[in-house]
Amino acid sequence: MNNARQFCTFYLNHLLFGVESQKIQEVVTYRELRPVPLAPPVVGGLMNLRGQVVLVLELRRQLQLPERPPEITPICLVVRAAGGTVCLLADEVGNVVEVEEATFEPSPETLSPRLRSVILGVHKLEHQLMHVLDTDHACEVRGAGQLEAVEAQGGGRGLAV
Amino acid sequence: MNESDDIVKEFLVESYENLDRLDRDLITLEKHPKDREILGSVFRTIHTIKGTSGFLDFDKLGAVAHVGESLLGRLRDGQLELDREITSGLLAMVDAVRQMLGSIEATGVEGERDDTRLIARLTGLQQPSEAPPKGHAAPVPERTGDGVPNIGSVLTQRAGVTAAQIKSAAEEQTAGDPRHIGEILVEQGAAQPSDAVAALRVQRAAGGPSASGSTIRLDVGLLDHLMNLVGELVLARNQILQFANRTEESTLVAASQQLNLITTELQGGVMKTRMQPIGNIWSKFPRTVRDLALECGKQVRVEMEGQETELDKTLIEAIKDPLTHLVRNSVDHGIETPEVRQAAGKSPEGRLGLRAFHEGGQVNIEISDDGAGLDQERIRNKAVQKGLISADQASRLSDRETVNLVFLPGFSTAEKITNVSGRGVGMDVVKTHIEKIGGTVDLQSKRGEGVLVRMKIPLTLAIIPALIVTSESERYAIPQVSLLELVRLEQRGGHQGIEMIHGSPVYRLRGRLLPLIYLSRELAGGAKAAESSTAPRCVSRKNDAPPDAASEGSQAVNIVVLEAEGRQFGLVVDEINDTEEIVVKPLSKHLKSISVYAGATIMGDGRVALILDVLGLAQCSSILAEGREHLPTEAAEAASGGRAKQKLVLFTGRAGSRMAVPLEMLARLENIPGPEVERSGNQWVTQYRGQILPLIRVTHALEERRQLPRGEGLMTLPTTETLQVLVLENEQQSFGLVVNQILDIVESTLEPQSPSTRAGVLHCSVISKKVTELLDVAALLRTGEAYEPTGSIQ
Repeated sequence: MNNARQFCTFYLNHLLFGVESQKIQEVVTYRELRPVPLAPPVVGGLMNLRGQVVLVLELRRQLQLPERPPEITPICLVVRAAGGTVCLLADEVGNVVEVEEATFEPSPETLSPRLRSVILGVHKLEHQLMHVLDTDHACEVRGAGQLEAVEAQGGGRGLAV
Repeated sequence: MNESDDIVKEFLVESYENLDRLDRDLITLEKHPKDREILGSVFRTIHTIKGTSGFLDFDKLGAVAHVGESLLGRLRDGQLELDREITSGLLAMVDAVRQMLGSIEATGVEGERDDTRLIARLTGLQQPSEAPPKGHAAPVPERTGDGVPNIGSVLTQRAGVTAAQIKSAAEEQTAGDPRHIGEILVEQGAAQPSDAVAALRVQRAAGGPSASGSTIRLDVGLLDHLMNLVGELVLARNQILQFANRTEESTLVAASQQLNLITTELQGGVMKTRMQPIGNIWSKFPRTVRDLALECGKQVRVEMEGQETELDKTLIEAIKDPLTHLVRNSVDHGIETPEVRQAAGKSPEGRLGLRAFHEGGQVNIEISDDGAGLDQERIRNKAVQKGLISADQASRLSDRETVNLVFLPGFSTAEKITNVSGRGVGMDVVKTHIEKIGGTVDLQSKRGEGVLVRMKIPLTLAIIPALIVTSESERYAIPQVSLLELVRLEQRGGHQGIEMIHGSPVYRLRGRLLPLIYLSRELAGGAKAAESSTAPRCVSRKNDAPPDAASEGSQAVNIVVLEAEGRQFGLVVDEINDTEEIVVKPLSKHLKSISVYAGATIMGDGRVALILDVLGLAQCSSILAEGREHLPTEAAEAASGGRAKQKLVLFTGRAGSRMAVPLEMLARLENIPGPEVERSGNQWVTQYRGQILPLIRVTHALEERRQLPRGEGLMTLPTTETLQVLVLENEQQSFGLVVNQILDIVESTLEPQSPSTRAGVLHCSVISKKVTELLDVAALLRTGEAYEPTGSIQ
């Protein structure tokens, strides 16, 4: 094994993201979600995945990106995370890319602590940067209150387009 | 490496099963020591364990099994007779084996242990007739006797070991090699360890009458997966059925009907695979009881009925500990020693009964004993002494309520703490465990006649009957266990039937006030918390519009009457759809913190619906006081000066002094027009719902009456003014309390701040920043009655 790793990529707000391909169980088309009242806003709802009830998270909200415009129909990345199977909503799927460890760089200090826990760093691809998602953290649901608290003490900047 | 891991794993699974049977067999043997069939089965089990541990290099395990086998061999050959001593020794051996297996499972090795004493004990037990057999010359497997093929021939057939190899191994054995033929063969490289293990299994299967070839072991995960698939199949079937109904194609219709039937049957079949007879956990009890009884010097007979009653595997696991606890309790505390029993005219042998049966879609499990029973007086004293209830409450409890006090946390009447039970954690944990799986526990006891504990457990957690309701056009499922009834208020009555007590909606259900929760608002969260109860508002009947009246004024109101922890409340939903059997799917652990959901399910159309947790919902909307501190009865609670939060009705007396009574006692609020008040003897009464309701004026019943001129005010009937009346219920007695003004309903912890200053008042507290007297309704009623007749005669 060399240092090459496979990433499944997807777009969110025109940014390129990548998740290690072993972590992705499958990619399915969007279907109507069952909203969960009282749940934190990152919870998009619940989905029936062949008889299994799967939690769906709005990745845009998780990453504090602007809300998805209504004309975009998201796709569902089914991810095997520490807390069980979770489905992440992304705007569009990209290619599977293979990257060398050498192109990796950790997240800059200026990123807010909350985002830094979700984004491990970036791989410098030829034409653009690929944000590497920490799936375990990305699939975590924190209460709205907690998130604000983290924001307040962190005071860093969010992701810019 | 992997192969041998697998062998070890299989060996463990198999041995555990055998050991469980062994416990049972040994207890039976103790009663019927001559039963050769059981003896043979016990012998074979130990023999297999010994043999396999030899192959797998578990020496210590082998050594213990070996002495056990020798002892059993002597018993089987009739050289020894089984007695209590030997049974205990054999059981100890089984325990040692079990411990070692546990350690092998956890760490892969038998662990540091010294079994010389056990071995010496077992060897000693072989004594009575003659000296212990030397070395390992005990019965060898080749001599298994009762038609069981010997290991050599099995190996020849299955593993291609030649007769010559076996012969040479047998020769070595006769030449003094203490090992088994199989072991020797493995060492010589003639056979693989796995072959030898397989051969031993064949040997056992051939001989064991109870060993059945008709069962296989399955991974539970596989069953769960099958269950999911069947669920999906059911959904697909539903879609096909819908489609087929729209076509004229008769072959499709016929085929879909066939599919329908098969799917239903398949679903039933898969469901069944998860069911296990309750006997599986009961089978351990004879052993537990025997050991305990010996330890306590008691004689106990276990009687079981309904072992074949089946329930879901997960439930079986969940009730194992509570059941064991109850059984231990019965033997340790319930059943008396033989002397005491005889003195009481009972047979010296106590009876412990286990009974299980299906009833109304639930499994009933009863644990009974004919022991000393519970001492009600002592329980009451203990509860008061521990500060769990007040002396006053204690005196009101019925016998049945009293015995159920033992389920309160921190309650234990055991005078001496024994090894076995009585550490103060106990019955409350039993109750918590049972309630967690949707069951109930009830205890009945008569002094001197024993105790009966009855549990009701749902058949399965995986599939439950549920009521489907709609709120905000989303569907929710409510488990039917907590469902009492459905009430629909039609258009004309509609929201008018709902009244407000200071912002809290209530509905009069057959004369009792039923607090209401609006599901839509509960799920909207937060908003309602701010809106309710800060500034006191006056209660007025039928004026305060319920919150949704504006928008839904013209619609009918659907109330689902639910019960959580003995409290009833009404859940207002937009629509009541249907009852359905739903498959419960766990919620992602991220959502576990939202207590109003118990899980999710997939509906017939493939969409997800959330399952409401009735208890969580009630707690969330503070229908239930926090925690489990409340008492078993409403009456006791109502009178409690306890620490639990309570809802209180606040009102003023004549001079504007603030008073309160517990909300639980309140049946209704009424405005009674003055002219409707009549006189009966020396009392004010009114005709109320076809009954005569005595009216007590709070200002008169309390000391203030002394300031009134004799006779004045007591019998003067009110004229035009409208009376504000709290209709209270106390021990099935209704009466009206006439107050000056009703202020508010508040929730408050009742920390007594100062003792009562006058009769009829329990104590004074600071509620909503003002000193408030908490009325003692029972006393008020008594003084009211006592006073009125002698008070004034016209």
